[in-house]
Amino acid sequence: MTDTENQHAPSATADDAVVDVRDVHYSIDGRAIFSGLNVRARRGLITAVMGPSGTGKTTLLRLITGQLFADSGVVAVFGRDIESLSSSQIYAARRRMGMLFQNGALLTDIDVFENVAFPVREHTDLPESLIRKLVLTKLEAVGLRGAADLMPAELSGGMARRVALARAIVMDPEVLLYDEPFVGLDPISLGVILRLIKHMNQALGITSIVVSHDVQELATIADQSYLLSGGCVVAAGTPQELARSDSETVHQFMTGSEEGPVRFHYPAPDYASQLLGADEG
Amino acid sequence: MSNAARHGTILEGLRKVGVTGIFFVRLLFACVSALARPRLIIAQIYNAGGRSLIIIMLSGLFTGMVIGLLGQDVLRRFGAETALGTLAALGLLKELGPVLTSLLFAGRAGTALTSEIGLMRATDQLTAMEVMAVNPMSYVAAPRFLGGFIAMPLLAAVFSVIGLYGAQLVGVQLLGIDRGVYWSQMQSSVGIHDVTEGIVKSLVFGAVVSLIAVTEGYHAEPTAEGVGLATTRTVVASSVLTLLLDYMLTAVFL
Repeated sequence: MTDTENQHAPSATADDAVVDVRDVHYSIDGRAIFSGLNVRARRGLITAVMGPSGTGKTTLLRLITGQLFADSGVVAVFGRDIESLSSSQIYAARRRMGMLFQNGALLTDIDVFENVAFPVREHTDLPESLIRKLVLTKLEAVGLRGAADLMPAELSGGMARRVALARAIVMDPEVLLYDEPFVGLDPISLGVILRLIKHMNQALGITSIVVSHDVQELATIADQSYLLSGGCVVAAGTPQELARSDSETVHQFMTGSEEGPVRFHYPAPDYASQLLGADEG
Repeated sequence: MSNAARHGTILEGLRKVGVTGIFFVRLLFACVSALARPRLIIAQIYNAGGRSLIIIMLSGLFTGMVIGLLGQDVLRRFGAETALGTLAALGLLKELGPVLTSLLFAGRAGTALTSEIGLMRATDQLTAMEVMAVNPMSYVAAPRFLGGFIAMPLLAAVFSVIGLYGAQLVGVQLLGIDRGVYWSQMQSSVGIHDVTEGIVKSLVFGAVVSLIAVTEGYHAEPTAEGVGLATTRTVVASSVLTLLLDYMLTAVFL
């Protein structure tokens, strides 16, 4: 390898990472959420971030979208440290991202069509006819063109999430962030959402970061997985590599066992003595 | 109450004033960009004003009728029934119109604003806007503040006008005061400064109630209980501040 290639190599990998979280520490009210977190999402790939509830997966998404800032460490989005950006630059970066919220977070006072049209109306001056075509195209992609006139309150949970997905992609983002996209879905909606995530990635080349604890579902679509526990990454690799891992934590999480390093029970005094001591207390 | 608890309450109160003050400045900046969205503001004028119209008109009518009844009774003892027009006009334009409208407005429109914004917070709608690079301050908070600020003086005016007819209904139609005297007494004794006082008061009350309602909603705990508590705080704070400010403004205009 020549010297020139050596110099180019690091920058080439840096460009490759759309989102690069390096050694991030973050705590809320003195409780450490992240202590030395490292996560990279490479361009054009589906990156899965898995972990038990309460490991700060949603907090990670808030750090990436610049709603929260890390106590220390770097959150680089599109190659720039998000903390160094002005608020208008953060807004500009957010326009290149889409985010799917767990409950959809549709605006409840406007109908489905207007919800999907919302970012377009806010950020562009496109003529009404073009907005109409754009919105109907995106609604068709999630199979809800016929629901354009419904109000969010009339939608089921799965439908609301598909509308929210249509809204997230209407501005053709480079990165899509999914917050627990599989929670509480029936098998059909779940299959549809899974295929949509894969489709967005393959057909449109959208870099995707999926935050979830549904290991089986993620394993079928993820290119790269991170397993979070105790504030940092305990395992990283393809889903197949994680499945073969001999780490106890990874094994416990992948198989859904109660026994293992991750405690199912919240810390409590001894069970027997608390039950027996109840009368005296 | 112990000293420490008292200090805690005072500190909490000061903190609240600070939060509201900072929020108010941010809100004013957001109002500038919200002016580019006149449709949102008009929708909020309808929400805060149009939808409060019935309750304001009914309350105005009954208030006026009471003034007619009470005024006729009291003034008759001094042989001054003919001054009913003056009494009704000054009472409604300067005090009852702005104050009662403000109290009703806090209960009808203020609570609706607080719970709506609080629920938008609780259901991640405000966060979703931020992620979509839309500032919820200028899309949600500012139009609602401006809508309330504009609607409140209009409602107070409606209240006062309907009240004058209510007083006339009882004083003139029922109790036999001369119609010509009722209106001419009013014309000769009410000056433009009396009307101005009412308008200034209703503008101030409109700004204060709308600000409190939007602030409480925006900072509500994102839970069912939190939104409920915030709504209660809106009514309590708006009502007390309305009456306090009314005293101060009346003193200023004397």
